[in-house]
Amino acid sequence: MQPTYSYWSVFKLVLARDLRIALRNKDDVINPLLFFVIVLTLFPLGIGPEPATLAKIAPGIIWVAALLSTLLSLDRLFKSDYADGALEQLILSPYPGFIWILAKVCAHWVLTGLPLILISPLLAGMLQLPLQSLEAVVITLLIGTPVLSFIGAIGAALTVGLQKGGVLLSLLILPLYIPVLIFATSAIDAATMSLPYSGQIAIIGALLAGAVTLAPFAIFSALKVSTN
Amino acid sequence: MWKWLHPYANPETTYQLSHRLVPWFTGLSGVLLTIGLAWALLFTPPDYQQGDSFRIFYIHVPAATLSMGIYLAMAISAFCGMVWQLKLSDAAVAAIAPIGAVYTAIALITGAAWGKPMWGTWWVWDARLTSELVLLFLYLGVIALNNAFDDRQMGGKAAGILAMVGVINLPIIKYSVEWWNTLHQGATVSKLGKPAMSPEMFWPFVVCFLGFAFLAAAIGCLRFKSEILLRNSTRPWVKQLIVNKQEL
Repeated sequence: MQPTYSYWSVFKLVLARDLRIALRNKDDVINPLLFFVIVLTLFPLGIGPEPATLAKIAPGIIWVAALLSTLLSLDRLFKSDYADGALEQLILSPYPGFIWILAKVCAHWVLTGLPLILISPLLAGMLQLPLQSLEAVVITLLIGTPVLSFIGAIGAALTVGLQKGGVLLSLLILPLYIPVLIFATSAIDAATMSLPYSGQIAIIGALLAGAVTLAPFAIFSALKVSTN
Repeated sequence: MWKWLHPYANPETTYQLSHRLVPWFTGLSGVLLTIGLAWALLFTPPDYQQGDSFRIFYIHVPAATLSMGIYLAMAISAFCGMVWQLKLSDAAVAAIAPIGAVYTAIALITGAAWGKPMWGTWWVWDARLTSELVLLFLYLGVIALNNAFDDRQMGGKAAGILAMVGVINLPIIKYSVEWWNTLHQGATVSKLGKPAMSPEMFWPFVVCFLGFAFLAAAIGCLRFKSEILLRNSTRPWVKQLIVNKQEL
């Protein structure tokens, strides 16, 4: 079969399709966000409302909650396409896996990462994070959450064929999230102390560049194994 | 060279090779470990600072070094499986992962036991300790993924992909953890820099290290053999082995 679409239009088609499907079941978009908010609410209740303590642990809490809510939404990244056979059709299509996987992961990020970023200033305020670190929170989330989506998609692709993949997915993926967590929280810490944090941002940016270029290949071969 | 390697794509030939190698590796590791551990634990002079408790070094360091070496071996065989579509490489990944996990666990446990008298604590969030712990998690992920599939062939392939992703991530994790540690806390624990070891302490270490390496190779070959048998259980040559009541 001759390819009839350009790569760019394939990217747009898959992205638009995934977004449209997600917006028709809004629960899938809203539930991870609610989870993020609720987890952030639990920490002050568990640790105590002391503003100084909260401000000290806020970067860690925000980022751990972001990791967990990304993880929660990853399970359905390929699941419905796998169940109705669309995934096999995509793999069989004459277009390179890199393109449509990139589109699917971007759609996932738009649906889970972006809402999280939009709501993060509010939650940072609730956790008594000083105003000067707000910018660092938003920037680290902006370039860090796509990394989470890309690395997480590898795990989602590996476990898509399994009945009970959810817990396994977290076991596979959470250790790989450690570098992002470390650099993001240390950037926010540095911002809280009014120190420059461009170094940490640069490293997260490097992780993002690496994830965007390498992860789709791993995702594609994992999907081929899963669909067999 | 390829001509020489070619027959080993056949499970039966590879099975026979590992079958022949197991007694050699077992014997070598038995001899070396007996000599090395006896030498290290009984005849090496005690350390002038740490006294006798430094002797756990002879188990801890080989296990820690090999835990990383075994991960690399696993990732290389996963890579071969990916590139040349060798089913045996996936079997090797499945065979190697638990050995690496046990070596990592040994390194962590002996490290904790060594840390208690030396540092006064079982565990510190030191960079090396943390990255070794993450290595254990990666091994456990590979094992869990391998076991999650009903089809062994698929499980091995999936675990191989994870092993390769892990080997790219491992240096990143290692350096990020190192940086994190230096950012968050000062040097409460000075790193175990390579002490200029005297020869009477160094040679038993070499013997112990080789002993542990051959032990891993021996267990690896045994596990590899059983993986091959499980994956080829319906093949005539496996049935022939059982009919002949040959020692498997």
